[in-house]
Amino acid sequence: MSGTDTDVIDALVGIAPGSSLDAIRARRPEARAHAQATYRALFTPDTPGNVSAAERFAVGAFVAGLHGATAVAAAYAARVADSGAPAALKDAVDAAVKEAKTHGPYGSYAAGPLSREDAAGPVYRVGAATRRALGPRLAAAFEHTHMLVFHPRDAAPAALQALLDAGWTTTDIVTLSQIVAFLSFQIRVVTGLRTLAGHP
Amino acid sequence: MSDTVLRTPEHTVPTAFTRAQLDWLPWLEPLAVEAMSARHMASLVDAARVKSPYFRLLARDPDALEARTRTDKDIFYNPDAGLPRAERELAAAATSRFNGCLYCASVHARHAATYSKREDDVQRLLDAGVTADLGERWNAIVAASVALTATPSAFGPEHVDRLRGAGLDDLAISDVIHAAAFFNWANRLMLSLGEPAAAAGS
Repeated sequence: MSGTDTDVIDALVGIAPGSSLDAIRARRPEARAHAQATYRALFTPDTPGNVSAAERFAVGAFVAGLHGATAVAAAYAARVADSGAPAALKDAVDAAVKEAKTHGPYGSYAAGPLSREDAAGPVYRVGAATRRALGPRLAAAFEHTHMLVFHPRDAAPAALQALLDAGWTTTDIVTLSQIVAFLSFQIRVVTGLRTLAGHP
Repeated sequence: MSDTVLRTPEHTVPTAFTRAQLDWLPWLEPLAVEAMSARHMASLVDAARVKSPYFRLLARDPDALEARTRTDKDIFYNPDAGLPRAERELAAAATSRFNGCLYCASVHARHAATYSKREDDVQRLLDAGVTADLGERWNAIVAASVALTATPSAFGPEHVDRLRGAGLDDLAISDVIHAAAFFNWANRLMLSLGEPAAAAGS
């Protein structure tokens, strides 16, 4: 995952040119190309705006860690280090994953007939030591990310207000949300295709 | 002016999964049409999407939006073999039902019903949830979508076997994987940047 020309999903699944999965992915060429284009847009953008490379890869490593997707998490964690962030940031991501990891999806519905499907689960608040290492802006992003990963149906305007209060602009929040949501896709494609490749 | 969370107008909150048309109300300010650059407009891919507050909000990161949309279109609309369109939509609806995205589920349950002509089965998925009995082939697709949607993933070789047993080849199984994975992307944006509302006048 070091260069931007390497297809990230192919690399993480281990798809070799000429393999049967290579042929399957070639049947959906636009999806393959634009999954990669989304990766570039979110992790190596032409115009980064207010969201730094270290923030993008730290959130990426956190999302992958929360999914228990070891190889994907290692790849994003390596890019945190490459982004020029201090080593303490990668350690803080690891600490946050340990604090925050659970099982999803859970959450509540608007009161009504679906309330019988409400499932309780933790709301993540970054621990004090981890918060000091992440800083307030990234700590707010991690709390939001945990909700998006594990209990997105609990989303509410107050969660967005917390991000605004921590210095994320509306446009930054769109980018942050896309990073978490896109990785929720990328990780599942990798998981699914690896399973398929391993079970001929 | 500093950025703020929007107050949604008075609306009826849907409290059940439905195939009816829903509206979607943003919690953050979409771009104003008159403030959109040529790049913002192009990122919509379909010009008609300029009417949608959801797409005008996502257009704040135009490169991500355009790539998202082109990924979406190929997964769901590419007619070259693989999983029939109706069953790609079924995987999208099942994923949305399991994550709890009423808006996404409404759109893709409508599509699944339209393309399959199995309105009753699609409605049973919405009413009873992802354990509803929809016949073995659909059950296999729903179960695989749900397993892949769980965090961490519960998707394993037994799901591949069940899909093969239901008659899916590996391209079709890849389509199930991509359709379910894509809705884990879409559901998170739809659920967290705004909320569904019963369509005005309904």
